[in-house]
Amino acid sequence: MRAHGVALRLESCGKTFADGTRALEPVTLDVARGETLVLLGPSGCGKTTLLRLIAGLETPDTCGRILFNNADVTAVPIERRNVGMVFQSYALFPNMNVAENIGYGLKIRGTPESERKARIAELLALTGIEGLEHRRVDQLSGGQRQRVALARAVAAQPSVLLLDEPLTALDAALRERLRGELNRLLRTLGITAIYVTHDQSEAMALGDRIAVMRNGAIAQIGTPRDIYFAPASRFVAEFVGAANIVEAQCKAGALTLPGGTLRVVNGAESGIVLAMIRPESINVVAADGAAFAGLVDSVSFVGDRQRALVSGAAKNPITVDVPHSIPLKAGDRIGLAIDPAAIRLLPREGA
Amino acid sequence: MIVFRRSRRSTRAAIVMTKRAFAGLCLIPLAILVAAFFVLPLARLVATGASGELGIKAYAAILLNERYRTTLTNTVLLAAATTIATLAIATVTGLFLQRHKFPGRALVVAMLTFPLAFPGVVVGFMIILLAGRQGLIGEATLRLFGDKEVFAYSMGGLFLGYLYFSIPRVILTIMAAVEKLDPSLEEAARALGAGPWAVYRDVVLPGLNPAFIASGAIAFATAMGAFGTAFTLATDVAVLPMLIYTEFTLSANFAVAAALSVGLGLVTWAILALARTYGGATVAAAG
Amino acid sequence: MRDRAIFAGQLIFTLLVAAFLIVPALLSMLAGVTANYFRGIRSGLTLQWVLQVWELYSDTIFRSFLIAFAALAVTLVVGVPAAYALHIRNDRLSRAVEEIITLPLAIPGLAIALALILTYGGFAGFRGSWLFILAGHAVFTLPFMVRAVLAVFATIDIKTLDEGAASLGAAPWRRFRDVIVPNARPGILAGSLMVVTLSLGEFNLTWMLSTPLTKTLPVGLADSYASMRLEVASAYTLVFFVMIIPLLIAMQIFAGTRGSAVGAAR
Repeated sequence: MRAHGVALRLESCGKTFADGTRALEPVTLDVARGETLVLLGPSGCGKTTLLRLIAGLETPDTCGRILFNNADVTAVPIERRNVGMVFQSYALFPNMNVAENIGYGLKIRGTPESERKARIAELLALTGIEGLEHRRVDQLSGGQRQRVALARAVAAQPSVLLLDEPLTALDAALRERLRGELNRLLRTLGITAIYVTHDQSEAMALGDRIAVMRNGAIAQIGTPRDIYFAPASRFVAEFVGAANIVEAQCKAGALTLPGGTLRVVNGAESGIVLAMIRPESINVVAADGAAFAGLVDSVSFVGDRQRALVSGAAKNPITVDVPHSIPLKAGDRIGLAIDPAAIRLLPREGA
Repeated sequence: MIVFRRSRRSTRAAIVMTKRAFAGLCLIPLAILVAAFFVLPLARLVATGASGELGIKAYAAILLNERYRTTLTNTVLLAAATTIATLAIATVTGLFLQRHKFPGRALVVAMLTFPLAFPGVVVGFMIILLAGRQGLIGEATLRLFGDKEVFAYSMGGLFLGYLYFSIPRVILTIMAAVEKLDPSLEEAARALGAGPWAVYRDVVLPGLNPAFIASGAIAFATAMGAFGTAFTLATDVAVLPMLIYTEFTLSANFAVAAALSVGLGLVTWAILALARTYGGATVAAAG
Repeated sequence: MRDRAIFAGQLIFTLLVAAFLIVPALLSMLAGVTANYFRGIRSGLTLQWVLQVWELYSDTIFRSFLIAFAALAVTLVVGVPAAYALHIRNDRLSRAVEEIITLPLAIPGLAIALALILTYGGFAGFRGSWLFILAGHAVFTLPFMVRAVLAVFATIDIKTLDEGAASLGAAPWRRFRDVIVPNARPGILAGSLMVVTLSLGEFNLTWMLSTPLTKTLPVGLADSYASMRLEVASAYTLVFFVMIIPLLIAMQIFAGTRGSAVGAAR
């Protein structure tokens, strides 16, 4: 699909609020045309502030610049920035029906009525809510409101689409379903999109790239695979999926642990290191002859697999995901085989 | 009824029963007070309204008799004008005060709501001080134009008086409503390209509509039933409450006064009932 | 910038409206202590008018306070238990009762006064005493007390406290005295302030119910506006302000930002 929208660039954009809170440290960011960038992080990390800076609802601290296709829009207010924004609470106008809500941006721009009607019909079909034109906002379900909010945001062909936790207000089952639809829609539109969420599975499903944020700064930015398999810090490793973080002595490409030794790929350094191992990358083998072993503390049933807590292998218990084909019970002694490429060494400091 | 039963199973029942009995007891003084000094007198009023020579047709006479009809029309027009003017003024000032912080804001808000508890008579006096024979406006126009403007005792002065007691009340309601507006709606409108006036027209004012209806109804009902202000400004018998007063005290026309009172009461009550469906249970003419 | 101009315009408009409301009040306070209003402040400040007001109208001031506190007593005794009963029962009867006691707020005071006179005017003793005025005030201020107490009951889950006390063996009257009333105190206080303030400022009802021998302060005010010179009327108004403003401030502080639309002006 052809890419639409603008290429986005932020230069040293920070935000300090009037009461002194520093919501965002200066950030420099490039988003390609048509790319979906997800801002992922816990509440208070600055992701919504960053989104609002791009939207034009807030202005960056001095020296910050925002560029749309290399044009400086820092001083342009939101009314003239031509962005499409989907709010967490949807912000649908209760005094207008669905069609009027969707057509509002077009009405402001002076689009003739016939053209407006055609575009509204197009969007209703695109978001799958044909037939709801004349409904009032309070007669819509959560999922329907979300779709109207989306249709309204893209109606006037914005340069960039900004979504502030659009699925958070919905229940889990609906969220799953709409996530897939949203993904398909973003691909179809091919528009540059910035998506804010605190849900890592949403981030990984929707993002071309993910920027993991913490305390007002970007901790790591990269593709979902990069973030998941090669986290740059302990925080990122633990935020995106379950992670075992073990401390070990590294020498000559091998880690020494209470439960045995593990070979690592990039074990050039010596000394004490922090290693991240995902639960699903640990294979259960026979304990006898295993280089690395431990004792099963407890096993819980998680639906599609078992989750075992294994002690004695490292200083703290390790979580291991085990398929049902391998029966386990508390007290079993098992061997743990891990592909060296799946062990990621992290920088030592707490971040 | 206030009995303690020892058995366990019936203790709960006993407590509930005695509680209901106690609750009933608690309502008796209220029942007596309200029945004796409100319900009974109202019934008497309605009966008196029908006791004159016209009988029950006296109630229709309110609309048929020319003098009464004119007075009623004047009162309604005055109340309507007051309501519209008050809503407009309160919206402009209320929006401004709620959305801008500036030094001295608290003081201005206090000044605007301070006359809230003035009785109508005092309001009348305030208007006399502004526009009476020794009034400020009179002095000012005398110095500027050589002609002393005295309008306290005319319809204009009455209108001003009605504004005086309506504005504080309506401003409070409007300011509370402005505070509750969802800011993301306005942001959404701005994101779609709406300039400040469009945002007011399409989002803010429609959002304040319930508050307009509720406070407008209160202002209207209060203005309809206002007596003290008109009394002090001693205007010609141009409003309904004054007419009722003169019919009762000067003409001893009890039946007519009663009928007019009942009519006025019904209209006021109906308007407030309407406001309650939009504004919630805290609405009352408060006087 | 256009924004600055709009801000300035709105500010000026707001200040003009505020001035419209405040200036006459300040003027009247000043006039009450000015020797000669016509000549203005140059004629000097004096308390002679205030003293004259005291000579002429001190009885009205006392009577107003008497009625206000009597109304308070009545609404406390009648209203607080009734609020409790209404809250506990919470059935259709309660809804109906609440409607009925709120009716006096929807009907013009003049009409209520007429109704009372027509019903009880014949009892000369009652008609000519301050108790007649009290009856009107009690009926008019009752809903404010009841609603204020009901509001507090709604927020503190009084039902559970009541049941807790009952499970410990307390009889209904004990529970009312030891648990219900103390916990309803904020509502009782708010209601009391409102009752006293409204009663002191009440005119529409009171004008008709009063006689030349049972005048209250607002009634006296109306008298003075009609027949006394401006300075005396102003001094009298000043006395009224001095009485009412502390109560208003207390209510503001008490209510915080909860906008309860109270007012007696008509």
